[in-house]
Amino acid sequence: MLPFRKGAWKWLAVAGMMMAILSGCEPIKTGVLNPKGPVAQQQYDLIVWSAVLMSIILIVVFVLFVVIMVRFRASKLSKDYEPPDEKGNTFLEIVWTAIPVLIVIAIGIPTVTTTFDLEKSPSPNKKPITIEATSAQWKWIFKYPEQGIETVNYVKIPANVPVRFKLSSHDAMNSFWVPELGGQEYTMADMPMTLWLEADKPGKFQGRGNNFTGRDFAKMVFTVEAKKQSDFDSWVAQIKKTAPKQSEKEYKKLLKPGTVGLQSYSSYPKSAEVKNPNMPGMNHGGMDKDEMKDMPGMDHSKKKKDDKKKDDMEDMPGMDHSKMKDDDMDSEKD
Amino acid sequence: MDLFNFKMPEQFIIMNNPLIIGAWISIILASVGIVFFVTKYKKWGYLWREWFTTVDHKKIGVMYILAALLMLFRGGFDAILMRTQLALPDMKVLDAQHYNEIFTTHGTIMILFMAMPFIIGLMNVGVPLQIGARDVAFPVLNAVSFWLFFVGAMVFNLSFVIGGSPDAGWTNYVPLSGSELTPGVGINYYLWGLQIAGIGTLATGINFFVTILKMRAPGMTLLRMPMFTWSTLVTSVIIIFAFPVLTITLALLTFDRLFGAHFFTIDAGGMPMMWANLFWIWGHPEVYIVILPAFGIFSDVISTFARKRLFGYHAMVISMVAISGLSFVVWVHHFFTMGNGPWINSIFSITTMLIAVPTGVKVFNWLFTMYKGRIETPAPMLWSLAFIPNFLIGGVTGVMLASAPADYQYHNSYFLVSHFHYVLIGGTVFGCMAGLYYWWPKIFDFKLNERISKWAFWIFIVGFNVCFLPMYLVGLQGMPRRIYTYKAEMGWTMWNFVQTIGAYLMGIGFILIVWAIIYSIRHEKRDRSGDPWHGRTLEWAIPSPPPHYNFSRMPSRITSADPYWDAKKRGESMFDENEPLKPIHMPNNDGMPIVMSGFMFIAGFGFVFEWLLIAFIGLLGVIGTMVWRSFKDYDADHYVQVEEIERDQAELQASLEGRS
Repeated sequence: MLPFRKGAWKWLAVAGMMMAILSGCEPIKTGVLNPKGPVAQQQYDLIVWSAVLMSIILIVVFVLFVVIMVRFRASKLSKDYEPPDEKGNTFLEIVWTAIPVLIVIAIGIPTVTTTFDLEKSPSPNKKPITIEATSAQWKWIFKYPEQGIETVNYVKIPANVPVRFKLSSHDAMNSFWVPELGGQEYTMADMPMTLWLEADKPGKFQGRGNNFTGRDFAKMVFTVEAKKQSDFDSWVAQIKKTAPKQSEKEYKKLLKPGTVGLQSYSSYPKSAEVKNPNMPGMNHGGMDKDEMKDMPGMDHSKKKKDDKKKDDMEDMPGMDHSKMKDDDMDSEKD
Repeated sequence: MDLFNFKMPEQFIIMNNPLIIGAWISIILASVGIVFFVTKYKKWGYLWREWFTTVDHKKIGVMYILAALLMLFRGGFDAILMRTQLALPDMKVLDAQHYNEIFTTHGTIMILFMAMPFIIGLMNVGVPLQIGARDVAFPVLNAVSFWLFFVGAMVFNLSFVIGGSPDAGWTNYVPLSGSELTPGVGINYYLWGLQIAGIGTLATGINFFVTILKMRAPGMTLLRMPMFTWSTLVTSVIIIFAFPVLTITLALLTFDRLFGAHFFTIDAGGMPMMWANLFWIWGHPEVYIVILPAFGIFSDVISTFARKRLFGYHAMVISMVAISGLSFVVWVHHFFTMGNGPWINSIFSITTMLIAVPTGVKVFNWLFTMYKGRIETPAPMLWSLAFIPNFLIGGVTGVMLASAPADYQYHNSYFLVSHFHYVLIGGTVFGCMAGLYYWWPKIFDFKLNERISKWAFWIFIVGFNVCFLPMYLVGLQGMPRRIYTYKAEMGWTMWNFVQTIGAYLMGIGFILIVWAIIYSIRHEKRDRSGDPWHGRTLEWAIPSPPPHYNFSRMPSRITSADPYWDAKKRGESMFDENEPLKPIHMPNNDGMPIVMSGFMFIAGFGFVFEWLLIAFIGLLGVIGTMVWRSFKDYDADHYVQVEEIERDQAELQASLEGRS
């Protein structure tokens, strides 16, 4: 008990905590702190800027805390020391209201500008490539609408080209995250969203589903490989030539809950295209506005057809959702 | 919907795992043991009269805290299991399903069945005494609140052994938690455990709101209330606005799951994202419900042990009100990554960062309360001191998380996990511990043993930081929350192992706290005089434990926020001893709350298994007990006679003289 009474451990612990916070971030050079593209870089800069400002606050408060604890411990004060009866200090209180406000402004401005930047292509003058990333329990499906190919649990992208990931989910919400290329965005059924990423150089990165989706969620990892444009093109050509075509039935089977290995297909069925949202008029911020215009229609009558629950319900009068839906849509189109 | 359909879940009695079989054995042994000993020592009558039917806020507070400690054990055990599973890559302690259930129950139990009852228990113990009231405004409703909470917790915990636990996380996001992707009873347990406990909490909010506004002693204006009472008032307002949202949200998902509605389904016009919105419109205020009373406790404890008046009382009140207002306009920051659009994300980023302003004011005011003070460090003060640096770490990382584009990189990672554990443990749990140690010698006539408590404190604090600081780092390395295993090549192994060591240290700290309680009950010196800490507020002016009517005379000399301190300075008593004693109007004990909650349990169980006949019988019972109670309203109160008050005073006098 002796060291406790002397209080030495307290200061050691406090100092240790500060050191861990201040220096701890340095040695790690993977993940978020290892940006490999313009999006991740922008977020990294913001993280570092906020961390620096926050460290200043940490240091100021920790020093004050330690000084006060050392100076005004009862055991260090004379027996007849009587604390003054002070109500407060308006000037000081205004100071420590104003300083946090300034800090909020200092973080808030780059936060807002970055938020708007991330909605746009990181390299607007380069021609982007679109890849549809769909999560299903418990695998990732990548479709290349321009190339017409499909991969499962891995994705290859051209380096130095902005990639527009069109995110959606077949079932549970997931989140598409490749930390070294940039932050994540959710995948949701019937609400496709866009995430811009770009890799500076060729390289291999770890991506994963980051929002819990049930039993094998931990296994929802995928690799992202950035290749030189020419290598990428020859890879596409090779997939087109050697990989099998995917039938409607195979795609349906792939969507069923379960885990699968890496797969490649030289084509995918029409039904596999990312569905558009079922709610006209809802403005989903993450979605491209121009894309909304050419939405063919809100076709979800096919969805969950094989669902056993639906069979029970179709017996109920007035509960035929697929029919009701279409009627609704028609009237709204008029 | 079929009243007579008694469908069975895949597994009714869960027995598929040695851990669960162990739980079964211990549940059966403990139940048999309790029944045996209570019967053997003929304590059923005592338990019924003194505890099960009590409406005394102090006893209800004790029951809340006892239940919270039990739930802390359960939630903590879940945490230890998770940390064991994650200590090394590819561990096989838990399989995926079991891990998913455990992180779900860990989160739900810790927030709703540990933090909430702990805080509400301390409110029950502290607030009426601090404002000079003899009970809360609605004593029977208070008992209803407790028993509904208790039944909710029991329903939720039953899932472990009967029918299967919820496994969609404490946030229970749809569509995963919908009946298509997660059939079975687990999610129903979540819905009904929370629903029943939530109704009790809403009643608590109303109860304390009215108590504080209407039942303060003469002279105690709003701006002379102790800070803990202020925090309870503000919290009550948040509860009144936030909990109805939870009630409705849970009810909507219940309709989806039980009766085939489509509020949150993917197809048929349902909107899964609406769940996230509604859940967090309740959920964010909810975390302020558990942190603000802790702030109140720290304010009272710090000024008591710095022997100095709280610095900037008005700023403390204003900042608390500001935080409560902001708590309702930040919920979107829980899902910046759901495609809300740049305007919405920007606005919610800024509102979230703004919370740092009033919170910063509070931190500096606490520091300057201690500045020029005379700081003593018994256990309640230790927990309060530890709060400042630890909560600050949680707070500054909170500001970092508030920046939406950066949050794209933190979201759902261990960075986030670490952040909310730093604020919830560093804030709420430390606050509960400070409050428990602080008011223990008010609830009972002895302190908790300092020596064991200091060991417990230091082991817990070190363990806490060893466990959670590395989580920031693995989070930045890309480790997501809620994964049950990871591969060695991810490079997360070392920090995960360190975290597990920290978790075990926290477990040892908890055991030592329990040991301090047991040891102190048997060995600590008794003292009924009632002011062991040289307190500043009203509760310390009455004996420990206080008589059931709290104040034999009403305090009459409240001229500041530290009335008892000022009275002691002037060498006066808080009470006018010349005033003759008068009979005291008190509420009667009532069996209705526990009976009604028993029916609520039946209803909850019926809804969980979708056995509607049983559910409706339970609901009818609930309504029936309310009707029954309305007819016996004339039997609700009594007067404590002057002779009894005099007898109590004589007894106290004898005990105090015996001591000296």
